[in-house]
Amino acid sequence: MDIRFSAEEIAFRDELRDWLGEVLPTLGDPPDRDDWTARREWDMGWQRKLYDAGYAGINWPSEFGGRGSTPTEHLIFLEETTRMGAPYVGMNFVAQLHAGPTLILEATAEQQARHLPAMLKGEEVWCQGFSEPNAGSDLASLSTRAIRDGDHYVVTGQKIWTSFGHVADYCELLVRTDQEAPKHRGITWLICPMDLPGIEVRPITTVAGSSEFCEVFFDEVRIPVENRVGDENDGWRVAMVTFSFERGTAFISELLGTMNQLAEMAELARGIRRNGSTAWDDDEIRREIGHLQAEYDALWALTKRVVSQAQRTGMPGPGGSVFKLYYAEVKKRMADLAHRMLERGALVLAEGGGDEQTGGDMVASRLYVLSLSIAAGTSEIQRNIIGERILGLPKER
Amino acid sequence: MDFELTDDQVALCDGIRDLCQGRFDIDTVRGLADCGGVDRQLWGELVDTGVFSLVVPEEDGGVGLGWAEAGLVFEQLGRALVPGPLVGTLLAAGVTDDAVVGLIERTDGSALVEYPDVLDALLVLDGDGVWRVDAAELSFELAQSVDPLTPVGRVAELPQGDEVGGGDGWANRAVFLCSALQVGLATGARELAVAYAQERQQFGKPIGQFQAVKHKCADMYSREEVARAALYYASCVLDAPELADEDRAVSGARILAAEAADHNGKDCVQVHGGMGFTWEIDAHLYLKRAWALTPCFGSLDEHAERIAAMV
Repeated sequence: MDIRFSAEEIAFRDELRDWLGEVLPTLGDPPDRDDWTARREWDMGWQRKLYDAGYAGINWPSEFGGRGSTPTEHLIFLEETTRMGAPYVGMNFVAQLHAGPTLILEATAEQQARHLPAMLKGEEVWCQGFSEPNAGSDLASLSTRAIRDGDHYVVTGQKIWTSFGHVADYCELLVRTDQEAPKHRGITWLICPMDLPGIEVRPITTVAGSSEFCEVFFDEVRIPVENRVGDENDGWRVAMVTFSFERGTAFISELLGTMNQLAEMAELARGIRRNGSTAWDDDEIRREIGHLQAEYDALWALTKRVVSQAQRTGMPGPGGSVFKLYYAEVKKRMADLAHRMLERGALVLAEGGGDEQTGGDMVASRLYVLSLSIAAGTSEIQRNIIGERILGLPKER
Repeated sequence: MDFELTDDQVALCDGIRDLCQGRFDIDTVRGLADCGGVDRQLWGELVDTGVFSLVVPEEDGGVGLGWAEAGLVFEQLGRALVPGPLVGTLLAAGVTDDAVVGLIERTDGSALVEYPDVLDALLVLDGDGVWRVDAAELSFELAQSVDPLTPVGRVAELPQGDEVGGGDGWANRAVFLCSALQVGLATGARELAVAYAQERQQFGKPIGQFQAVKHKCADMYSREEVARAALYYASCVLDAPELADEDRAVSGARILAAEAADHNGKDCVQVHGGMGFTWEIDAHLYLKRAWALTPCFGSLDEHAERIAAMV
């Protein structure tokens, strides 16, 4: 039980800090939330800088162009980049964290050569075509169908919650290739270029007013059979295999950003005047801030446990579901506390919308946090996972 | 960084768990209510195993381990509901030669002392240091304790006692050990609830199949794991104080462990339904111990304040 970094890990950190110290001042201001051209340029430009400095694909194996870092180095990378205010992975996240790792494990050499270097250099934006209007928590019941026609699959159906669908070059697409088989056994994983005829992308406006989620409609879209990853009807396994690549690092930037936000809130509380004193003088507000900090410190410690388990066994521990479930609730309480502090100030969104994910605008954040207990497996699904896979309680039937 | 338990630490946990299962089964534990919470022979087995001399250096006859190990051992003791003045006795090791030692903070006027019938000595912590009060000097009246396994005596006037050393770090270590016991209680309560949810049938199914029950169990596990992470972190900081602020780490563990033990105790009662409200079912023992261990060296509000001052 040792939370100290080794000499190698410290050397890695110091080198990274030096590089960040040089490169970050050259970046300029981040683009507006709704300027998609500028956002693409910003996110891909950052990925290219990472590539040139040898930090692209930090957790990808070196034989595929990654850095081959350990889970702890990955943690250090995310900790340092967040603390020093480097750009977030942004629209590179599907390529870097999901599609890329899937191709590494399951794709042919040709498919890998075609896409992996481009992903690392920030030349391809990927999106995820998994969820459907009628296949959310029950993802395996998806019904977008693909019918084989010679060298092509002809795909018709609809996907939803496709982040960055309107700017993506490729989609990792799950389709049903066997209508008769049990639901998990009739699914195929395809690489779908987003410029094929028959694809229509419609942005969805969220409660927070942003439009990074899209609906994607497929009307007899012809996708070459050579774009299939894994065997026909083996797509469910291909999609699930990536989860073993996730090493408990998914929420590190988010958590550390939230801790910065809490420090800003404490600062704000000390400055808000009310009834001759400040919001900070309110016992309940002050104690809740202390309580939230205790919980975030604990979640950071939990993250280090999960990463340590991944380092030892190659698989993240069960803490991932615990983290997500717990974090969503704590962050909602923090957003509510911000509103109690702001009082009538909470009627107004900050100019420009702020950075809803990692700080700045606490009013927008109160909306954003609603998604934390829904996206990437709802809290109800996380509780099922914990109840059944960890505690061994019987499945509902 | 490797925040997982070492092989030695896993072996230590297993050893203490086996000892608890073998010597402190639940009937034995319940029976200790009849002898003030401590049976000298059983207590002697804890002593012989090194439970109380864990952090005493080897050259002084101790086991020579750290707070990480002490936390792991106390977690197992909490999980098994082992009663007695465990925290005071561990902290007293190397300071006094007494076998059964209580520890309280000096307050004005009267004081409540846990396990008054079985103590050899009571250590009293105040701003000037740590003071030893011989059990013979303590006059007390037994009060009705909230926890049948934590008997409490009301002492009208706390004697000054003899100074045995400075009190630096004592409060944090006491709070840390209480937190470790409470993480263990949270685990024990969750295990009892899950076992019941698997076996109890209603509407023709085990109740653990219903999401209303399953999700409650999942929440019990989550708060236990988050509290455990805070506890492990605090133990690392106690062992290497240059790493981070000790007060903040210990207060964090304190808050999360106390809340996990309290909530899991209540949820354990709830999962058992009507039976959970009976003396016969063990659920109340976890909850009552959680409550007995919370008012110790600062309220949860004070710990929250201590952290807030550092945000």
